[in-house]
Amino acid sequence: MREEPLPAPPPMVRLRGVSKTYRRGTVEVPVLAAVDLTIDAGAFEAFMGPSGSGKSTLLNLISGLDQPTTGIAEVAGRDLAQMDDRELSDWRAAHVGFVFQLYNLIPVLTAAENVELPLLLTPLTRGERRRHVAAALELVGLTHRVGHRPPQLSGGEQQRVAIARAIVSDPDLIIADEPTGDLDRKAAEAVLDLFGVLHRDLKKTLVMVTHDPHAAERAGRVHQLDKGVLQ
Amino acid sequence: MVPLFYNARSLWARRLSTGVTVVGLGLVVFVFSAVLMLANGIESALASGGDASNVVVLRKGATSELVSGVERDAVRILTTDPEVASGPDGLPLVAGERVVLLTLPSGGTQAMNTTARGISAESFAARPEVQLVSGRRPRPGTNEVALGRSLVGTSPEATLGGELRFAQQRWPVVGVFAARGGAFESEVWADGMRLGSAFGREDFSSALVRLRSPAQVDAFVKRVNANPRFTLEGKPEPAYWADQASSLATFIRVLGLFVSFVFSLGAVLGAMITMYAQVATRVAELGMLRAVGFRRRSVLASVVVESAMLGAAGGVLGALGALATRFIHIRTLNFQTFAAVSFGFSPTPAILLGALLFGTGMGLLGGLLPALRASRLSILDALRA
Repeated sequence: MREEPLPAPPPMVRLRGVSKTYRRGTVEVPVLAAVDLTIDAGAFEAFMGPSGSGKSTLLNLISGLDQPTTGIAEVAGRDLAQMDDRELSDWRAAHVGFVFQLYNLIPVLTAAENVELPLLLTPLTRGERRRHVAAALELVGLTHRVGHRPPQLSGGEQQRVAIARAIVSDPDLIIADEPTGDLDRKAAEAVLDLFGVLHRDLKKTLVMVTHDPHAAERAGRVHQLDKGVLQ
Repeated sequence: MVPLFYNARSLWARRLSTGVTVVGLGLVVFVFSAVLMLANGIESALASGGDASNVVVLRKGATSELVSGVERDAVRILTTDPEVASGPDGLPLVAGERVVLLTLPSGGTQAMNTTARGISAESFAARPEVQLVSGRRPRPGTNEVALGRSLVGTSPEATLGGELRFAQQRWPVVGVFAARGGAFESEVWADGMRLGSAFGREDFSSALVRLRSPAQVDAFVKRVNANPRFTLEGKPEPAYWADQASSLATFIRVLGLFVSFVFSLGAVLGAMITMYAQVATRVAELGMLRAVGFRRRSVLASVVVESAMLGAAGGVLGALGALATRFIHIRTLNFQTFAAVSFGFSPTPAILLGALLFGTGMGLLGGLLPALRASRLSILDALRA
């Protein structure tokens, strides 16, 4: 008896005819034009392009921080345009981890407390949260810095704390906006190595925007954007 | 929910602006709670002058002893009531008393109105709360006086062994008495006959009647009010003194609360400015919180709670400051009796709780608009800040 092949898993990201236009007073500024894109679950993909090409806008649409003017944006099986602000907040908390260029850590909280923030939106107990935080900080190699606050950490260490915060709630999708843009080469390499671990070992879907060709090389696929058009 | 220690540490991180705001809020709470403590002190000082077994008998319609008149015969009739208690000597505890106003020197060139009570032999026995703390009672038929202890030291003469001068006579001070902080402590007690003749007052101002038990008070008051032989009115002594306190206490309370309200507008604005600054310097943090999944209402609640923390800190500071005033004593004119009354700031758990809630409420109000702004921030704009 012949076995039926397993159906292919749905893509993590599916954009169809997505465009985005911002309004500046009475002037409409088109940023993205009819973007079609599919990113499979478990992929590591990078977006490159000159400033103003629409990279960050695309990333914001994929991560549910913004909504398309036209088109369909389905991410992790949900049509983001159909969700209101509250639903989007809950969806982001469950499915998306963020790594920002400037880390966006809270300076008055310790590394462990910063990492714990996304877990406060889950029903985990305090003890469970602590175990998750410890595991995330161990993964990024910062177990010796749990009690330090961001101003006491180097840029590279801060970005690794941000990565721990992004993965601590075990999201499907990790969004990284210029994650090495503010780091020296050595720290950037450490961050990119970590992304490799997340992609390869933890099977996370990574979507990264970068200006750095060296960083983009780590991705499985590199997309070029120019004037809002995906090349 | 954004953790509370995030708010607490953010406030601590900006200690200067936080401190200035807390002090501003604390000053308003201080005024608020001090006023309530003052009004409470007045009520305590005057209202504690009453004993539950005593009835003050005045002329019908009189609002105080000063404007009342009770004939000697009426006092004699009151002594025949079967429920009147007896003193150690077996005589009924009914004290006809004359009350007049004196003007005594008070600190240099100033003078103050003081109540002088012309007592009878039963006055001390009918008021067990009045106890000599030094010296002795004035002897009947002499000009000797005893001072309430609040009067001691108000002028060089107002002391045991001193000599007061009023009604063109000398009145040696032979005793000092306490009355559990009540209004009697602001009075001069002299022999009723001597005081009456010095002021040309033949009738009594009032009669104090001590009954066998507090349970008899209502029935006795009804009997007095209904007795066709005289036009007198009985009042339970605690109620009488509470009435004496009410006007001054209400005046101070209303005036003080109005001032507190006006000040609180400034304090709320101060809290608002501080919280706007807090939000402005933490836009990127708030944007990150929204990005990782905190809802608008979580951010709103976080800012409001942070502002409430400011207010609560101000409340604690103000209440502690107001508590320190309990060691201050004030003399002022009770415009219901036209006599000076001495009182202190009297804190109660309810006033302290009210102070804390008032401070927290100001903080909450001050935080509302900044919190709305924070919750409405565009995530993208905030992350770029």
